[in-house]
This record gives sequence, structure tokens and C-alpha cells, in this order.
Amino acid sequence: MMGPLLISVYVFVLAMFVGFEIITKVPPTIHTPLMSGANAISGITIVGALYAAQTGTVTVSNVLGTAAIVLATINVVGGFLVTDRMLGMFGRKTKKTKP
Amino acid sequence: MSAAETTFVGGVLVPLLYLLSAVLFIFGIKGLTKVRTARRGNLLAAGAMLLAILATLVDLGTIDYRWILAGLAVGGLVGAVVALRVEMTAMPEMVALFNGSGGGASVLVAISVLWLQMIEEPEAPGATAAVALGPDSAVSAVLGILIGGVTFSGSLVAFLKLRDKTKIAGKRLSQPILLPGRHLVNLVLVLGALAVGGWFAFATASEAAIGAGAVVVALAALVLGVMLVLPIGGADMPVVISLLNSYSGLAASATGFVLNNNLLIISGALVGASGLILTQIMCVAMNRTLANVLFGGFGIQDEAAPAGGAADEYGTVRSYSAEEAAMVLESAEKVVVVPGYGLAVAQAQHVVRELADLLESRGCRVLYGIHPVAGRMPGHMNVLLAEADVPYEQLQEMERINPEFKETDVVLVVGANDVVNPAAENVPGSPIAGMPVLKVWEAGTTIVIKRSLSPGFAGIKNSLFENENNIMVFGDAKQVLQELVAELKQAAA
Repeated sequence: MMGPLLISVYVFVLAMFVGFEIITKVPPTIHTPLMSGANAISGITIVGALYAAQTGTVTVSNVLGTAAIVLATINVVGGFLVTDRMLGMFGRKTKKTKP
Repeated sequence: MSAAETTFVGGVLVPLLYLLSAVLFIFGIKGLTKVRTARRGNLLAAGAMLLAILATLVDLGTIDYRWILAGLAVGGLVGAVVALRVEMTAMPEMVALFNGSGGGASVLVAISVLWLQMIEEPEAPGATAAVALGPDSAVSAVLGILIGGVTFSGSLVAFLKLRDKTKIAGKRLSQPILLPGRHLVNLVLVLGALAVGGWFAFATASEAAIGAGAVVVALAALVLGVMLVLPIGGADMPVVISLLNSYSGLAASATGFVLNNNLLIISGALVGASGLILTQIMCVAMNRTLANVLFGGFGIQDEAAPAGGAADEYGTVRSYSAEEAAMVLESAEKVVVVPGYGLAVAQAQHVVRELADLLESRGCRVLYGIHPVAGRMPGHMNVLLAEADVPYEQLQEMERINPEFKETDVVLVVGANDVVNPAAENVPGSPIAGMPVLKVWEAGTTIVIKRSLSPGFAGIKNSLFENENNIMVFGDAKQVLQELVAELKQAAA
């Protein structure tokens, strides 16, 4: 039988392949938003940070966890917002082209 | 957490919500790879993130939320303010900064988990981390600290390099900074960090040793991140930013291995894959291997050679005033604009658009030829021109625009250099030999707007500037473009 570690490794490897498969032929127009959107997704560490900060008392692990929440939230909120701003600029072109 | 796993909420509901979130991330990233669906994809991914956070809060149940809420509020506020205020021209450094904060979070989570389970509330006192957490979690914690630390400090250095306002010992930070013996130092840092990591994960049960070991690995990772990015020059930034992007995903995956959380593993792997793909695209666009970018110290050989080198040896170069250049543009029927980093520095994207509008109103066809590594991050020029409302249909990729130069009357090169250098095709020994470039010299006339004849990042001469059908207009890109606009308006009146 597979241990939990092996299952995790399976999940990791398969997810990498999913990533490589769905991100084929990215038009250069979209390189920056893709990078910045993916960057925001890497803020998923926030889930780990929430578990790390869960103790109510002030301890080393709690303080580190809270700091991690701050950093991860900056990553998530800033990343998605900035991507949306960029993509908003791409979108408005289809409406107003040449004067 | 073991008690929660037996319940419906912690054992079934939350993992299923995580799975849903992972699926939404996949659809989100897929959406982000197409112009039409990108905005929806981004929203989808943001929704998936919200779902993941809510599911985690449900899993945590009734606990003291004050710290968590405070952290979310502070981080959310900072992130939102920065994201909404940042200028589009400052986008590359902003992406670097966000990237770094993600990496930093991974380091902190890994250390926090170690601290909680080994020092504050050890389930098996006297056991090594490998025994208490399981060898997989212990190893992942070390890797998480290492990768996350490199991402964090590397991204901060990249941020400073992209801002380019700092100088070290009189040298601009955007230049490659090569410390002597850096390869050896880096090797020692990696091996040392792994050795210390292996030791505190497997060989010691002492609380103090585990705590100190984690901090030492984190410090080594931070120094390593700085050492790895310092030697990279400004023009190689698109590669490094993409790579750091990939690292931040892998750091999140490592955190997932520590916590046995598949959502983190999957999302991190997706980001890791997308970062690697972008890195690959950027390397191909420069005809260089990743190893060459990271360790090559590109263009440095020239600097070591007699000062200035080949860059000074220009023959006859035709220098025109803006007025004369405007007259050339006036009679053009097809113009291709080739923007480079200089356009971003001068913040000239709006003036370019104004000039293009003017030309179009005179019946001229205007296109933009975008080199994949023009600028400082993947797609940099596209974002800048989009901000100036340039229709993206006019932005042409290198492969599509290259055959068109033959039928182009005038090519306007704004702040670009190495990406239009014929040496890539006809000088076999050149540092950029084989790099795909925009063949602007095939057009009727090329107009190059540039401050001086100083070499680009590759540190080599650009023979385009000597061509008979080339015109140099020296000056700040924005100022020259404004003068061109004024001249064309005058001619029309």
C-alpha cells in the first residue's frame, strides 16, 4: 500500500503535469498577467499560515504564523488585484479602438 | 488535528472543499493563458483562494481568531493599497515584491510548524523531528525554509535591481554584480544548509539545536538568494523573475508536504509549472540556456576587455533632428514601432500612442513589433502599451512581424538595442549570435531614438546604427516622440 508521503509525491508530480499541459502556447500579450496571477496563487501558503497562527496565546510559532499570514495576504490580495487591473486594460481595447 | 480528522467537517467536508478549490485553480490558470478568458480566469483563481481560506477557517473551528483576523486585515490592506496605487511602469518590481512575500510566508510557516511541534507542544518529547513529524514532513520543512528563503531574498534583490535607484560601490544595482568566488560560496551555502537541515531533522532531539538549526538554514537561504540574483543583469530579469515565480510555487508545495495538505501541493505545483514554462520561453527568446543566464555573467567579458571595447568604434552614423525625422515619417505608409526597455524608463507609452494615432489619421498603417524579452519581465511591453490603450491587435509577435519588415517603410526603434542587432544573425562569434532578433534592417528606413551610441546590455556594438538607411535621433525617448508629434501636427495644419 502507498504511504501518505508517496500519495503526496504522486499528487505533486501529476499536478506538475497538469500545469505543463494546460499552459501550452501562451501568447506573449498575456505573459505578465499569467505570471502575476500565478504569483497570487502561490500565496496559497496562506492556508498553512492560518494553521500556524491558530494558537491564541503569544508564542514563537504563533507570532511567526501571524507574520506569515500578513505576507501571504499581501501576496494574495495584491497579486489578484494587480492582475485584474492589468487585464482590465487589455479588455477595454475591444470596445474603443481607433477614434 | 488528529481529533478533527475523525469528524465529518475536518475529515470529509474540508478536504472536499480543498479539492474544489484546487480544481478552480486549474480552471483559473487555464483561463489566464488566453487573452479573452484571462480576466475571468483570474477572478476564478481569486474565488478559489477565498474558498480555500474559508474552508481552513471552518476546519480550525472555534479558536481565538484575533491574531488571524489582524494578520488578514493588515496584509489585505497593504496588498490592496499597493496594488491599486502602483504605476503600470512599476509593474515588474511590484510582481517581484509580491513574489517575495509569498516566499517569505513559506519560510515562516515551515519554521512555525517546527517550533510548535518540536519545541512548544512536542507530542513525543525527546524524539528527533524525523520521528515526531515523520521524515517526509521534516525533510519538506527544511526544503520549504530553503526554497522560500531563496525566493524571498532573491525577489527583494530583483525588486531593487528593477527599481534601479540603488548603487553599490558606485555601480548601479541593475548591472551584474560579480563577487569573487561566488560559485564556491553558493556551493558551500547550499551544501551547508542541507547538512544543517539534515542534522536538525534527523540527528538531534535537542530543542535548542532544532530551533537554532532552522534559523541557520533560513539565514543561509536568505544569503543564497541575494548571491544568486546579484550577478544577474537587468536585461536577464525576465528569466529571473519567471524562475523566482516558479520557486515561490515550489516553496508553497514544500509547505504542503510539511502539513500533508494536498491543496498546497497542487497549487504550488501549478505555479511551479507555469513559472518554468515562462522561464523556458524567455531562455529560448534569448537563445541561451538557463544555466548560462544564472551563472554566465553575460556581457562581463567585454567589460574586462579594454574599456568601452567595440562599442566606441562606430563609423559614419547619420544623426537627424526630430524635424528631419518627422519628414521621413510623413511620407510613410506603413510604420512598425519596436519598443524596448528605454520606452518604459522614459514612460513614453502614451506619446507613442499619440504619434501612432497621428500617423493613422494620415492613412498610415501602424504596427508594433514586440520582442519576447523586450523590457524587464515577460510581456512587459504589452502591459505598457495596453496602459496607453494601444489595441492589442496591433501588437505583433516577433515571428509574425519579421516577414513584414520587407514591406515596411519606416521602423521606429524606441529604447531598444540588442533585440534589433544584426550581429545576432551575421557575426558568428558575437555574444548574441543565434539570438532571435527583429529584422528591422530589412525595412526601407529605420529611425532609432536613443540617448547615445552606448551599447545595450550585451555590451556590443550595434551595426544597425551604421546602416545607410538608418537614422539616429539622439535624446530622451519621450521628449523626441513629443517633438515628432508636434512636427507632424504642424505639417498637417
